[in-house]
Amino acid sequence: MSEKIKLKIDGYEVEVEKGATILEAAKKAGVNIPTLCYHEDLDPSAACGICVVEFENKGGYQRSCCTPAEEGMEVITNSKTLRKRRKMIVELTLSNHHVDCPSCAADGKCELQELANHFGVETEAMPSVLEDKEKDKSSVAIERDPEKCILCGRCVEVCENIQTVNAIEITDRGFEANIDTPFGYGIGESPCINCGQCIVYCPTGALKEVDHLEKVWDAILDENKHVVVQEAPAIRATLGEEFGMEIGNVTVGKMYAALKRIGFDAIFDTNFSADLTIMEEGTEVVGRIKEGKDLPVITSCSPGWIKFMEEYYPELAKNVSTAKSPQQMMGVLTKTYYAEKEGLDPKDIVSVSIMPCTAKKFEAQRPEMSDSGYQDVDYVLTTREFVRMIKEARLDFKNLEPQEPYHALADYTGAATIFGATGGVMEAAIRSAYYLLTDEDMDSLDVTPVRGMEGVKEAELEIAGSKLKVAVAHGLGNARKILDKVKKQLEENGESEYAFVEIMACPGGCVGGGGQPYHSSIAMRARRGEGLYKEDSELPERASHHNQAILNLYEDFLGEPGSEKAHHLLHTNYFKRSVLTGKSIAKATGAHEKHLEKAAE
Amino acid sequence: MKKEEILYKYEKRKDNVLYILHEFQDLNPYNYVTDDDMQLIADYIGIPYSKVYGTASFYSMISEKPRGKHIIRLCDSPPCHLMGSIDILDVIKEELKIEVGETTPDMIFTLEKTACLGVCGVAPVMMIDDEVYGNLTPKKVRKILTEYKEGTK
Repeated sequence: MSEKIKLKIDGYEVEVEKGATILEAAKKAGVNIPTLCYHEDLDPSAACGICVVEFENKGGYQRSCCTPAEEGMEVITNSKTLRKRRKMIVELTLSNHHVDCPSCAADGKCELQELANHFGVETEAMPSVLEDKEKDKSSVAIERDPEKCILCGRCVEVCENIQTVNAIEITDRGFEANIDTPFGYGIGESPCINCGQCIVYCPTGALKEVDHLEKVWDAILDENKHVVVQEAPAIRATLGEEFGMEIGNVTVGKMYAALKRIGFDAIFDTNFSADLTIMEEGTEVVGRIKEGKDLPVITSCSPGWIKFMEEYYPELAKNVSTAKSPQQMMGVLTKTYYAEKEGLDPKDIVSVSIMPCTAKKFEAQRPEMSDSGYQDVDYVLTTREFVRMIKEARLDFKNLEPQEPYHALADYTGAATIFGATGGVMEAAIRSAYYLLTDEDMDSLDVTPVRGMEGVKEAELEIAGSKLKVAVAHGLGNARKILDKVKKQLEENGESEYAFVEIMACPGGCVGGGGQPYHSSIAMRARRGEGLYKEDSELPERASHHNQAILNLYEDFLGEPGSEKAHHLLHTNYFKRSVLTGKSIAKATGAHEKHLEKAAE
Repeated sequence: MKKEEILYKYEKRKDNVLYILHEFQDLNPYNYVTDDDMQLIADYIGIPYSKVYGTASFYSMISEKPRGKHIIRLCDSPPCHLMGSIDILDVIKEELKIEVGETTPDMIFTLEKTACLGVCGVAPVMMIDDEVYGNLTPKKVRKILTEYKEGTK
């Protein structure tokens, strides 16, 4: 048992564990001390000073976010001086901020806006000292507006310490202080992996996705275009939140209904192609385990992770599954299989995806992602953009009657649903790999050791008499722990203790993706994940190899998992990228090409 | 001295970044560190590029842009203000035809402001390179600048 201490917050006694901050103690006493730079998931930077408190019988002020509570402390969270100071901090911050609330992406979610509102601060209480600063539009995924940045440092903290990408840093100082990429080259010329965690942790609208919304509306309202849409597993776990529903509520029928009302011509589901990914990746895993070749197999569906690997671990590229991500599998099927089936010219098809992810925008634009002969996925909307779309269409989301999708490319199993949570791809792959190796289903389909929010998870499985060790990591700082271990083992022994590794770039997996609503905390991500596991447990089929629509697709079009056609359309290669600019320097693998050459012989 | 030789003098520790930046800057005829310099340091120490760039940009003694052969640093602290540093600033600007932060087209002088130089007893004060000049008057400043221009200093 850890030591407890007692203190008073505004006269109310509260008991907390030793080491807790005053801020945490106050929360226990029912007071949410205002914060701006602080976030519960990140180390406090103590940059803003809004959380100052006073002490009874003792002078001085302390920032409650980084001051430990002490035995017998008598904290005052609200006083004449504190009110004045907090107001002034907000006024000063606003004087160097582009107050652009009506058209700002973070309107209604902005923590600065909320504080100004709660404190009754006038926008122009202090004369503006804001200078014109250029937006960083160099990236295909993330856009930064320095005029809205309040230099809290959360983005740097998450990029550096949680993701270990180090694409941004606080540069210069005083009035010139800024958040910038190395040597000011811009996000698009930096090691940024487009994960977008900086966006979800930004307290204002200084960071946002590169908007594809206008282009999607234009396509929908163009009669000559056939606009199709796919939605990722994780977006249905957060949509409800944005319309006043409980966190973790999974809204599938309403999501289809909203898409239909908005005017999409056909509604597919990325869950379908998640099942397809399992068939391709599972076949690859089983094949490589049997051959003992290039183990461990590492998952490939998180595009933030893929770019991270290409920059920091290109020597492990041969271990990464060649299977494309579910988004790209659906994209290529849209402009081949679907076009053929419906007698459409692929050039008239506009393929849209709705993703919890900003890195998916980058992935869709990778030059190799055009195996249909066209760019396979034309536009990628984040959950935030889709929410704006629903709001613009003035749909009463909460009360929409559920609708049906285009079943041949939308039916899915529970294995696909859990792709959205950390450990989900691993669990889905195990369910099918077990079947492929033994010809029968597991007694219980639940692989609980790989579930949950622990940063690195491991499990040992016994399949067909042999033991397989697997590992799951989410958040790239956690991923490094596993990858460094694998690298060392491969260098020293020529083999690794792991057979299969799942890596998701974002903490919590896709439910915590960079395209999800602003300020998604780790605690919220955990609840969203639970929502997905609940849906999985309620579905009639819970393993990808039992998805009848997938079996039909193989029979009608692809042949069998890992066939030449499947390889041509559903697999890819990786590159080695510069750690300075993120640009590709050389090919890192040709595994998928080699397979095709072999098939041609 | 070659850049590699400078690097090898230092242990691969983060706290050596600033010393190496200074040495690289002194080596450069235009008194600045290049992007390549910073990348070299990051690669040598084994830290991200963002860290070296952040450090270099934070310290006003390190420049990431080319500067003149001589750096004039005029004290901007209150005691010098009281003793007329603003007039001195006007004289320097007029003599060199540049603003604060700029470099003369012949790349001889860069004009900067600095925080207290610690010799308030002889305010107003400026530094040119490593030399401190106090009790400045417009006449004295013109004379000093001429000496530098003519190369006698």
